[in-house]
Amino acid sequence: MPSAESPKLSRRRWITTTSGVIAAGLVKTQADAIQLIAQEAPTDPTKVPGRLVSEIGSRAPGEQPKRLIRAPALSSSSRTPLADLMGTITPADLHFERHHAGIPEIRFEDHELLVHGMVERPMVFRMSELMRYPQVSRIRFLECSGNGGGVYNRERMPTEVTVQALDGLLSTSEWTGVAVSTILREVGVRPGANWVLAEGGDSAVMSRSVPLEKVMKDSILAYGQNGERIRPEQGYPLRLFNPGYEGNTSVKWLRRIEVTDQPTHTRDETSKYTDPLGDGTVRQFSLVMDAKSVITFPSYPYVLPDKGWWEIRGLAWSGRGRITRVEVSTDGGRNWSDAALEGPILDKSTVRFRHLFEWNGRDTVILSRATDETGYVQPTVEQLWEARGIRTSYHQNHQRAWKIARTGEVTFGLGDLV
Amino acid sequence: MSQLSNWGADVEKLFVASLVVVILMAACTDMSETSYSGQVTSAEIAMPGTELGLPVNAPDRFDFGVEASEQRVAMWDIDVRPDGLGLPEGNGSVQEGRNIYNVHCIACHGPTGTEGPNDRLVDSEQWEDVPTTRTVGNYWPYATTLYDYIRKAMPQLTPGILTADEVYAVIAYVLWMNEIVSEDAVMDSETLPAVVMPARDKFVMDDRVGGAGIVR
Repeated sequence: MPSAESPKLSRRRWITTTSGVIAAGLVKTQADAIQLIAQEAPTDPTKVPGRLVSEIGSRAPGEQPKRLIRAPALSSSSRTPLADLMGTITPADLHFERHHAGIPEIRFEDHELLVHGMVERPMVFRMSELMRYPQVSRIRFLECSGNGGGVYNRERMPTEVTVQALDGLLSTSEWTGVAVSTILREVGVRPGANWVLAEGGDSAVMSRSVPLEKVMKDSILAYGQNGERIRPEQGYPLRLFNPGYEGNTSVKWLRRIEVTDQPTHTRDETSKYTDPLGDGTVRQFSLVMDAKSVITFPSYPYVLPDKGWWEIRGLAWSGRGRITRVEVSTDGGRNWSDAALEGPILDKSTVRFRHLFEWNGRDTVILSRATDETGYVQPTVEQLWEARGIRTSYHQNHQRAWKIARTGEVTFGLGDLV
Repeated sequence: MSQLSNWGADVEKLFVASLVVVILMAACTDMSETSYSGQVTSAEIAMPGTELGLPVNAPDRFDFGVEASEQRVAMWDIDVRPDGLGLPEGNGSVQEGRNIYNVHCIACHGPTGTEGPNDRLVDSEQWEDVPTTRTVGNYWPYATTLYDYIRKAMPQLTPGILTADEVYAVIAYVLWMNEIVSEDAVMDSETLPAVVMPARDKFVMDDRVGGAGIVR
């Protein structure tokens, strides 16, 4: 606001506003004066006609949440600003990205989906044809299984890391499209089929094998996201969406589904997205995202300005069903309290949790842990190290801790308290 | 009905929901489908194994798409499986592969496949408990994956330009650099699936199941 005011700072206003306080030594620079004027005389919106309607809405000038880009490259990602968001739905333009060869330009009219393999009738569908099939919509989270990879290594545990940088490969949308089961009913799956291969139309021709049972159960050929057509970054005009599965399997720019009796063992399900467990084995097809929660407020780099009542807020989700419980600790994990869950609590979607606490102004550590409907409890990092060793790169769903220093500064991790 | 317990203690919501369920159940006796938050949404065909049912009046087939011709399927069906299904005609040797590699691959993967800047391809050192690198030589479980991937996605800036012979050749060269095949090896649709990758038996299916007290 002060900077917006500066071009209009008239000589008269400058003199009348500043003369007294300059004498008193309160204003030393023009910037101080601008600050003072902005505080004393805000624009009165009841005295100025507002702007007119527009075809496309925009965010308030002071509210510009942005995705975080680590390194611009063909194979790269951008992360959702979790700390800036409320509720559970991610605005489509802030949904995280993970591309393996950039974003292809595909025209709606040109795109086709081939469904073949162990089927009675191999078929090709144009987008307009797919959209004629009965339409379903589901609110579901999507998370890259590499999310949280930055806080697993015992030797390199950062403290000055935002929740966006840490866990921003998570977003939630209402996905709209045609059920995969509807299309497979149309082509007729032959006996003996067990898997499907889903292939994208980007220049990586990214492909993943998904169990047939899964895609029949609840997967969607999605062409809509939060009420509009899917954006190019999310696979326009068509993506596979596998609820609760690691994001990479929800193949974007989907152009082909092959029904098979066995997985294809593509590059992204062998050399990537697999988990060396430390006992000489590598876990493959670890597709379901286990239950997880993360505190989004307060988190680094927020500084609590004073002690007193604060509401801890965050998100919890599970790829195995509904979240049934989120607990919060405000003393480094010694005691836990049930957080309030904001309904509706949906299957394989994020739920917003909140927990009111009175900060006494001393050093402390806050944590959250989620439980899902299978009874699974979000583990500690030590439990994951014990179960999987320290060299896995995916599925790091362990409890997240934030340290609140007496200065009010919030940093990642347990600090030296625990 | 058990899902209703997830709706929490909001009595009003529960009351309204129960009312909706009762009304819908009275209206349609043949309804079993529950979805979303456990609400009964509409009368749907109960399809086994799916939560996304079809409207009860849906026809056996809609026939909105068109049948795919054999040529069309052949044009797009480019994946290659570990048993060799999908491999095309053609062949390539280690020697031929060296030339292909030095033209198309060296800039991103380095002169010996170890320098980067993109993925390291070569490490013939095998591992016991955990890999320190994840290369073709010590991590990739199937040699056929090289064909599936290189044919469609490499070189990164000009994907798909290599001929079938060139893809076989560059695979032979990468496998030789990893000390998996001999210098006189020739890769084709018979020899490539027969290559046994050192890490193959290390791969196991996911055994995570969810549930109380289980961390895997």
